[in-house]
Amino acid sequence: MSASPAASAQAEAAIRLHGLKRHFTGRGGVATRALDGVSLEVAAGEIFGIVGRSGAGKSTLIRCVNLLERPDEGEVRVLGEELMALSDSALRERRRGIGMVFQHFNLLASRSVADNVAFPLEIAGMPAVERGRRVDEVLALVGLAEKAKAYPAQLSGGQKQRVGIARALAPRPRILLCDEATSALDPETTQEILALIRRLRDQLDLTVLLITHEMAVVKEICDRVAVMERGQVVEEGRVFDVFTRPSHPTTRRFIADTIGHSIPPGTVARLPAAGAGEERRLLQVLFAGPHSTRSVISEASRRFGLDLNIISGRIDEIAGEPFGLMALAAYGAPDRIEAALAWFAELGLAVTPIANDTLEAA
Amino acid sequence: MLPWLPPMLQQLFLDAAIETLTMVGGAALIAVVLGLPLALLLHATDRGGLAQNGLVNRPLGLLINAVRSTPFIILMVAIVPFTRLVAGTSIGTTAAIVPLALASTAFIARLFETAFREVDRGVVEAARAMGATRMQILWKVLVPEAMPGLIAAVTVTLVSLVGYSAMAGAVGGGGLGDLGIRFGYQRFMPDVMASVVVVLILFVQGLQSLGDWLVRRARRR
Repeated sequence: MSASPAASAQAEAAIRLHGLKRHFTGRGGVATRALDGVSLEVAAGEIFGIVGRSGAGKSTLIRCVNLLERPDEGEVRVLGEELMALSDSALRERRRGIGMVFQHFNLLASRSVADNVAFPLEIAGMPAVERGRRVDEVLALVGLAEKAKAYPAQLSGGQKQRVGIARALAPRPRILLCDEATSALDPETTQEILALIRRLRDQLDLTVLLITHEMAVVKEICDRVAVMERGQVVEEGRVFDVFTRPSHPTTRRFIADTIGHSIPPGTVARLPAAGAGEERRLLQVLFAGPHSTRSVISEASRRFGLDLNIISGRIDEIAGEPFGLMALAAYGAPDRIEAALAWFAELGLAVTPIANDTLEAA
Repeated sequence: MLPWLPPMLQQLFLDAAIETLTMVGGAALIAVVLGLPLALLLHATDRGGLAQNGLVNRPLGLLINAVRSTPFIILMVAIVPFTRLVAGTSIGTTAAIVPLALASTAFIARLFETAFREVDRGVVEAARAMGATRMQILWKVLVPEAMPGLIAAVTVTLVSLVGYSAMAGAVGGGGLGDLGIRFGYQRFMPDVMASVVVVLILFVQGLQSLGDWLVRRARRR
């Protein structure tokens, strides 16, 4: 399902951004650096997510890919071509090969659904008959054929975004840019739209670059992710790796919002104290990869003669791979606990002492 | 029509009504034709616009404001040489159309500009992302998306023109307002005055209702 990294390393990336800088001069001449040296490569056929808080620069970044926003310096290569060097008319031509979907849909209120989808074809000069055929085709693709004659105001948010996606895909682009495409939708509709984007990627062999402030979106459909903060990419990698082994504090906070969780208050206080000659330790165990399905807890308990009290735990799936996070209270002789910790480490499980009652996927 | 008036006045009334319609209609037509490109130019050259250009935007804005702030009766007299150049005469219904058109062009250009400003910037951005040219954005996005606002602007302009056209009597333009002054006021014929006022009220009401209906039709939300 995900693009193979080996293949993408050889072929030229579908999108290659290098050393992008962009600053804005606000009121009183105060300059803010929206992009402060961003480099990224998106391989053909992958869904790449850029996550960050508002103001992190992700919106400026995605607008640089079709040069709606022109970087002060840097390179923007799309499908092997440097866009910054193109003339206005050549750039307009290339933009037709880069579809874009927006948070607030940006549909033309004065046009019907079919005419909205026809719009990019119309401005590209496609004859009306051909246009009509293509519109029917794309509307069927997003499951909105019966709404062709409706106006945007008569549609729900999810339907509007389907129209937005159909419009973006009408000119058969190779690349789809999604600018917070699900941020204005409720959770259920978000799932629908994400599933649609993934299906279309598979079906049409699209390369998708999306920006979002929700880690859940990344977890749901992205192959790789970059985390942005203050105009810079602070972390980048395969979604599963970033989720299970985040290295930057910003990434950790993002992940904590999605999969981390606190131990219920009072739980630690209610735990029994350690007996004579024993010790009590609070541990966090991160299961990822092959061991996530093995019964390591009961095995450790038997092997080392420990009482292992599970305080909280959850199993999740990230980018199609199982992933678990658990909080344990371990009771036993100090040397037995140490031995168990060593055994966990041997199995490749990440075990860390718990501080301030919060689990972190780290 | 208006059976309480003597037959001679009825004929005058009919002529005056036609003169008013000619002046209002002619001036409005010219105002729309000239005002729309002017408004698009103003909007596009504005800060953050499609073709930001202060050297065009500021003088144009100043000119429009100058025309708008000159009282109509003064404007009418001040541009007599221009009127003569365009219409061949400075007196009569056709000549009156010139200053009316000038004043309402400035008026409607501002109203149109406001309507364009109401168009969601995101829609313009989407069109840019699709590779639309600036001309395509102006005519295929801004104008249709602003249509309800544009129609409302035309309605307001027409109603103002009805008022301005009454002053056209000063340059022999005729019309209902002129009839009201000459017969109703100067010859003490209150029934003529009342008839003029009632007809004008009905006319403006009709225009407004028609305008509102068209706005509702154009607004697909």
